[in-house]
Amino acid sequence: MRTPLFTSILILIAAALYMAFRYLGNDYLFFAGYVVLQYIVIATAWNILGGYCGYVNFGSAGFFAIGVYCTIFFYNIGQSPGDVFPDFMLTPMGWIFPLPLPILIVLGGFFAGLVGLGMGYLTLRLRGVFFAIATLALAVVLETFVVNWPFVGGSRGAYVIPPENIPVFGTFIQYLFVLMLLLVVLALAAARLIERSRLGVGFATIRDDELAAETCGVPTLRLKLVATAVSGALFGMAGAPFPFYIGYVEPNSAFNLSYAVNAIAMPMIGGTTTWIGPMIGALLLSTLQQVVTVTISSAANLLITGLLLIGFVILAPKGLVGLWQGWTGRSAKP
Amino acid sequence: MSQIMGQPVTEDADGPAKPLLGIEQLGKRFGGFVALDTVDLAVPQGQRLGLIGPNGSGKSTLVNCISGTLQNETGSVAFNGERVDGMPAHRRARLGLARSFQLPRPFRSMTVAENIRVPLIYTVGARAGFHLTSSELEDRCMEVLSLVALQDKAGKNPFDLTQVEMRKLELARAMAAEPKLLIADESMAGLSHSEVEDIVALLIRMNERGVTIIMIEHIMRAVMAFSQRLVVLVSGRKIADGAPADVIKDEDVVRAYLGT
Repeated sequence: MRTPLFTSILILIAAALYMAFRYLGNDYLFFAGYVVLQYIVIATAWNILGGYCGYVNFGSAGFFAIGVYCTIFFYNIGQSPGDVFPDFMLTPMGWIFPLPLPILIVLGGFFAGLVGLGMGYLTLRLRGVFFAIATLALAVVLETFVVNWPFVGGSRGAYVIPPENIPVFGTFIQYLFVLMLLLVVLALAAARLIERSRLGVGFATIRDDELAAETCGVPTLRLKLVATAVSGALFGMAGAPFPFYIGYVEPNSAFNLSYAVNAIAMPMIGGTTTWIGPMIGALLLSTLQQVVTVTISSAANLLITGLLLIGFVILAPKGLVGLWQGWTGRSAKP
Repeated sequence: MSQIMGQPVTEDADGPAKPLLGIEQLGKRFGGFVALDTVDLAVPQGQRLGLIGPNGSGKSTLVNCISGTLQNETGSVAFNGERVDGMPAHRRARLGLARSFQLPRPFRSMTVAENIRVPLIYTVGARAGFHLTSSELEDRCMEVLSLVALQDKAGKNPFDLTQVEMRKLELARAMAAEPKLLIADESMAGLSHSEVEDIVALLIRMNERGVTIIMIEHIMRAVMAFSQRLVVLVSGRKIADGAPADVIKDEDVVRAYLGT
């Protein structure tokens, strides 16, 4: 299937999903659905570096938080432009700020992608567990940085007041939901495109054997930088609308361990070698977490994720997609 | 077909052609251990060179420094008249330098055919500056596999191959890059008598198509059958270089191999 056709089908499915949720008319569905969709983007973002290239990123929460705090930063500028700009610039800046949410998403993606690129440069000599430790350290450094930056709220946190209602969509959560749906379409289309392109072949050679890849002419350094940048950008885009969703952000919630754990667990459970695996993992795990939060307890979330992750790593290391391919005797990509 | 195996020789109009590979005063240390000590080596276009030496004599380090897997510390490596030391391995591959690894390193998650496709995409395609279409890729892939008689295994996983097939895949992947110079690093270790002959014949066939080949090997029968010229490395130094029959009679060489 060609990419434009695939993307069109994804958009149709997304539209149908939105209409169905609207028809049911319950705002809670949108609240819960937003989180599930957000995790599809996060799982796909992780998988581009972790699944395709084999570089395990434990700093997912850091990249997600870059998107979150990028939004806070520009939102705060919009709230009090007088504190930031000299007087003569206030009028032109008044036309620009406050920035609309889609622009904030693009900015969040841009800055997180930039940090991803930087991280790629700094850690390119590290492999395996050392790379994982470095990414974890990056998240800690970023969190410390944010905690000590009063403009974005520091450790006190920052408020973002979402508008009550919005034209066309009605409630603001519906607007957020639709934006996240579009991000899911973007992430899945990008992941599938990469997987089927020369880039995907190059990524797979890096995962299998970096030394052999180089001697086959694969510019491994450049490809790794592409992977860290694209993966980081998707994380940032997933994080950018989050302040509007949650209303109040503090470092602990933006840099939460659950993002790092889920970002790894979801692709692992779904299957890391195809675009569909992280999506299935995110759909299942995130929906399960939403149900558990309501029915049992919100604390059981990560416990369930952890247990499932251990179970899958031991019993089905290729995830659900691997199990499916085993049953149907197919190894071809879906 | 002819494209698969090397390009025609283009000699410089002025004076004698430069050697395809020119190594001067090459040195490489690992901590206090001198792996290579001022090695000079010039390999003209089209030659079949055998490289021997005891274990730990620096053969593999030399290969790694030529192919870019390691970077040399002193001296220089020139390929086709261009300095390549300091250049990353993938750029050397695009210039026409290919190598196989002592222990085969196939891409595990790919089929045999997909393994061959990697150098076709990233070396041949990148060198030509355009992307091969998928049918072109398919054709060339099968051409290369048929050279090593692996065409029936195209859809198999590398793990399903036998030891000799794995070595052939390793050589085929190097050949798919359409190299000017191929370095075969102990591609026959652990193979049976007839399998060794198989690989030697394969390497000679490639050489006849214009590919310069450096073969590193312990199996003397294969070395003598293959080489037009023989170089001996001992403790990171080149101690002999010349016609194979003369070199193996050389006193230093005999002493290095048999002890005194």
